[in-house]
Amino acid sequence: MTIPTSSLEQVIPGQGSMAQPEAGKPTKAKRQRFRFISNKKAAAGLIILGIYVVVAIIGPWVAPYDPDARGNDLVQPPSGAHWLGTTHLGQDVFSQLLSGTRSVMFVGFFAGIVATVLSVLIGVTAGYLGGRTDEGLSALSNVFLVIPALPLIIIITSTLESAEDWLIALVIGFTSWSWNARVLRAQTLSLRRRDFVDASRATGEKTWRVIVFELMPNLTAVIASGFVGTVIFAVLSEITLAFIGVTSGTTWNWGTILFWAQGQQALAQEAWWWFIPAGLAIAILGTALSLINFGIDEFVSPRLRSVGKTKIKTVDGRTVRMRIGFTPVLSRSAAPHTHASPTPVIRKEVTQ
Amino acid sequence: MKYFLQRVAFYLFTAWAAITLNFFIPRMVPGDPVQALITKFQGQLSSKAIESLYVLFGLDKDKSVWQEYLDYWNQLFHGDLGLSFTFFPTPVSEIISSSLPWTLTLVGITTVISFFLGTGLGVLAGWRRGSWADGLLPVTTFLSSVPYFWLGIIAIYLLTGPDSFFPSSGGFGSGLVPAWDQYFIPSAIQHSLLPALTILISSVSGWILSMRNMMVTVSSEDYITVAHAKGLSDRRVALSYAARNALLPNVSGFALSLGFIVGGTLLVEIVFSYPGVGFQLFQALGAQDYPLMQGIFLIITISVLVANLIADVAYLLLDPRTRKEG
Repeated sequence: MTIPTSSLEQVIPGQGSMAQPEAGKPTKAKRQRFRFISNKKAAAGLIILGIYVVVAIIGPWVAPYDPDARGNDLVQPPSGAHWLGTTHLGQDVFSQLLSGTRSVMFVGFFAGIVATVLSVLIGVTAGYLGGRTDEGLSALSNVFLVIPALPLIIIITSTLESAEDWLIALVIGFTSWSWNARVLRAQTLSLRRRDFVDASRATGEKTWRVIVFELMPNLTAVIASGFVGTVIFAVLSEITLAFIGVTSGTTWNWGTILFWAQGQQALAQEAWWWFIPAGLAIAILGTALSLINFGIDEFVSPRLRSVGKTKIKTVDGRTVRMRIGFTPVLSRSAAPHTHASPTPVIRKEVTQ
Repeated sequence: MKYFLQRVAFYLFTAWAAITLNFFIPRMVPGDPVQALITKFQGQLSSKAIESLYVLFGLDKDKSVWQEYLDYWNQLFHGDLGLSFTFFPTPVSEIISSSLPWTLTLVGITTVISFFLGTGLGVLAGWRRGSWADGLLPVTTFLSSVPYFWLGIIAIYLLTGPDSFFPSSGGFGSGLVPAWDQYFIPSAIQHSLLPALTILISSVSGWILSMRNMMVTVSSEDYITVAHAKGLSDRRVALSYAARNALLPNVSGFALSLGFIVGGTLLVEIVFSYPGVGFQLFQALGAQDYPLMQGIFLIITISVLVANLIADVAYLLLDPRTRKEG
């Protein structure tokens, strides 16, 4: 298909006029990015995540003790010397927590990246190419989707001789890409028939170029939210693996702390400082990541935003609930309204 | 019907893939695990058990991989999953069949309750946005980020004790024999309350969130507006129009969450020393009992596939569109 150059000329109406928005473009992009940050949930999530990243980097250096160093204070509650108490060997729980952050964050992000790359490769290719390729790749991702991931990860990791962090991250990454791949495929299917994709194909762009430069920018939000979701899953899986004791045990992470706490009867000794902080650290990290994901979801589909107060008390004491698609109209007269306005439906919703 | 057959074919294919995966994973074990085990169980292993182990681990030098693969299938069809090392010389299939009912009951009942409870709350949260129901969201977000097993530890820490009603471990009172009688059943129920509650609390939030989001999306559709315009009661619109349509993605999401919930349940069983397959898996891991681990993985996978098939049938009944092309 060839397009006469004259019409191409028309498609880009004058380079001169393009120069103007060129100057305005950065500010617009900045404002858009700012809009994402201005979402309270996303901002809160990003701040917490930032703190975790900082701890992951500096944690092992700022830890007051060596996490392996044994001491004489066995199973002591929190004190000035040991902020989060000690273990059965006199190790400092706070130091273990700080040092363990690095391993958790590393596995989370590494597995997230592996899974995201795989899901983009498989999902977008399947969605864009269609036909036999699509059928094959979809079947593959569906198989991975229904096989329970955690038992599979446990089985694979337990056969590895030394389960180092990067190896665990790879195993998690290779087993948890399928859900994102499915979402991306569906999204690609709906994008591939759009005019701008047809146009770029018509101008003779190569397939990989159409995918990378036309489709991918429109999939950013889906990819990002899939990435964040996988990080949550990877963190939980790694901690689970450490908790049941199938990892190498040479590096500390929060699961290792819980493993020792469980194995050394921390519960029976009422040593709450031993297992509560690690669990809270996981929960807060998970919450932060979920918040970022909500932010992305709401950014993409504004309907999901939680609305402010929707119940409004009117002057005469009636309570009215606002809802999308409806404009409550209140009047004192009992006579029914007749609507000549283009507003689709105006409904009174008066409770009590 | 065509849809149903397609699904059955797909699950058969997946089962085949899982079994094949299960066949190849032990072949990645470096060294000679069987030799290590024979030395560990000096003189306790019969020559037949050793042979079965070599088949399982693919260390039979005289056979091609293909021949081994066929042998493996042959063993499977005879219900032979090998012999367990931890409970030597009990066959793996026997151990699993004694622990599987515990897990199935625990996961089955809690998942169903959690699905209905979560979906119900999700309908509320999605329909009454801006009311108290929105307060559920931060709580559920936090709870869904908590690892199941940690919640179990906390539950044991807070709720059990010498004088507590809740036992902290096991599946039934000591001194009782599993049977359908008036002593065993109440004890089993009492022991399952806390594990069930743990799974319920962790898993319900996922259903709430997804249902809420679907309700919000659906409630701005035109047919909802039409239903309102017809003057139907708010309740009727919410349940028969919005919720009915919002439910479909939630039912198909059931498949995905199931694997996740089962994974979490295994961990809860470990924490509570509950006599299900999760606890068995934990013991198998500690003893490097590969035949038991693999048998458990296989059984879990097949159970999840069957549950998925049931969810598909439910979907078939709920969504008339799938039945359209006869």
